[in-house]
Amino acid sequence: MNVIYTDNNATTRVADEVIEEMLPFFGGFYGNPSSMHTFGDRVGKKIRQARQKVADLIHADPDEIIFTSCGTESDNSAIFSALNAHPEKKQIITSNVEHPAVLNLFKYLRDKKGYDVVLVPVDKKGHLDLDLLYGSLSDDTAVVSLMWANNETGVIFPISEIAKKVTEKGILFHTDAVQAAGKIPIDVSVAHVDMLSLSGHKVHAPKGIGVLYVKKGIKFFPYLIGGHQEKGRRGGTENTVSIIGLGKACELAAQHLPIMNTQVKELRDYLQNQLLEKIPGVSVNGDLENRLPNTLSIGFDAVEGESILLMLDKEGICASSGSACTSGSLDPSHVLMAMEVPFKSAHGTIRFSLSHYNTKEEMDHIVKTMVSAIETLRAMSPFWKDGKLV
Amino acid sequence: MWEYTDKVKDHFMHPRNVGELKDANAVGETGSLNCGDALKLFLKVDENERIVDASFMTFGCASAVASSSALTEIIKGMTLDEAAKVTNGDIADYLGGLPKEKMHCSVMGKSALQKAIADYRGIQIMEKPGEMVCECFEVTDLEIIDAVKANGLETTEDVTNYLKAGGGCGKCLDRIEEVIASVKAEG
Ligand SMILES: Cc1ncc(COP(=O)(O)O)c(C=O)c1O
Ligand code: FES
Repeated sequence: MNVIYTDNNATTRVADEVIEEMLPFFGGFYGNPSSMHTFGDRVGKKIRQARQKVADLIHADPDEIIFTSCGTESDNSAIFSALNAHPEKKQIITSNVEHPAVLNLFKYLRDKKGYDVVLVPVDKKGHLDLDLLYGSLSDDTAVVSLMWANNETGVIFPISEIAKKVTEKGILFHTDAVQAAGKIPIDVSVAHVDMLSLSGHKVHAPKGIGVLYVKKGIKFFPYLIGGHQEKGRRGGTENTVSIIGLGKACELAAQHLPIMNTQVKELRDYLQNQLLEKIPGVSVNGDLENRLPNTLSIGFDAVEGESILLMLDKEGICASSGSACTSGSLDPSHVLMAMEVPFKSAHGTIRFSLSHYNTKEEMDHIVKTMVSAIETLRAMSPFWKDGKLV
Repeated sequence: MWEYTDKVKDHFMHPRNVGELKDANAVGETGSLNCGDALKLFLKVDENERIVDASFMTFGCASAVASSSALTEIIKGMTLDEAAKVTNGDIADYLGGLPKEKMHCSVMGKSALQKAIADYRGIQIMEKPGEMVCECFEVTDLEIIDAVKANGLETTEDVTNYLKAGGGCGKCLDRIEEVIASVKAEG
């Protein structure tokens, strides 16, 4: 069966060009990039090139790039570094729609380390309460960490504007740009952010490789203490193959950025409009304008997400649900709850996240499958009668 | 992804006895839109108190649909006395087992069945007697005590798997722990 992959915010297909770039380094070129011989430095040279390409994607300097093991490590090390920089400061600020890589760390710091945590709320469209955020900044604030774009809804925060206000007060600012990278332009040379996280597997590189950007002049306290790798900022022999793959992936991502905002966005809009047109009782979650071009979070009244996913799965269609029924938690996702998406559609929310590999034929197949899945499930649902919610 | 048995998948993809039963003379409803699953069970009971037909309408995940479908198959042909003895374990067994995190789906089946039987007999089941422990899922201490005893539950996680209680905001987890401890103390 053909797979129709529309779950790119979960992970992406490793690009063929990326695989090709990596293959020799799985095999013959196994040298250690730190070694004092030409054989090792063949790898070292490739890593320097990869660092340059990653830096180019976000308009950084290669010295500002630290390779990590994943987006989660990047988020954790950024935040721990900020706390180490200001051990006397006890307040930390984030939003209540962050990825668990940030949100659960903040909860840990609150519950186990006594930090005063401010969770800035969002409104129904997923926008931050900026007044509350700015009003919370104080001399005691050690770090503000806010995601550039939300993984579930695709809603984009005005990071440059916020970072400017925060850093003007001398407070460190970190952003989780894992979902933004490769989908919208990121330019750290004008964005005022001190630290920024990326993850390889969201940009068609392999899983298990991440990046932390640390702006020049910002003191960084390593999280993994060991050898001199990454200029002493992250110990451990480099994941050479994945770094080389990530370099290629970032080069491709820069090339594909224009396609994201035309071709991919058009497909997403097409899918969205077809679903809205062909199925009653449907609502799109989050701000329609300030949204990643590839993401569609859409709720179907009176049906449950996991059931929809299994019917899609039967047709080889991969997507995610916003009801956490699939993840073990029983409430709808914290993001949908924070946005006060009503239960009637929160439990029946599906996230489609596209890439440039998707086609219009695939969208048509998804629409057809969704129409029949929703019809079947509503025929079973005690909350749906005569074409409407009861 | 959950590891569902073939039987669960089959009863989800091809549910038996779906829809409103027009000539039902007993109905049992449980769950809500907010909780994420709900079941409305319809029974047609003859003058000898035998269930001659059963059907369901369910909102929920695949295992909720499968549990409802299985329940209707199990109870068709039973007398109400026999049906009253069906447990949530019987529903799970009929399906070749459920992932433990999904046991609450079988509990939902059992609960709707009890309500339908009470409906037929004209008995008012006292709505949720006892003290409210979990506000997110409206679960009382008595329900927790029943489930702990009936299924030999040991941890708060078990209770969440069976009743959902504690699976939302989590603020009731300490209280659930106390209730479990009280059952253990009784022996
Ligand atoms: C916004 C966001 N941050 C962080 C992560 C974690 O990245 P990784 O899986 O590389 O640890 C993800 C992806 O799951 C994400 O979507
Ligand atoms: S009160 Fe029990 S989970 Fe919220």
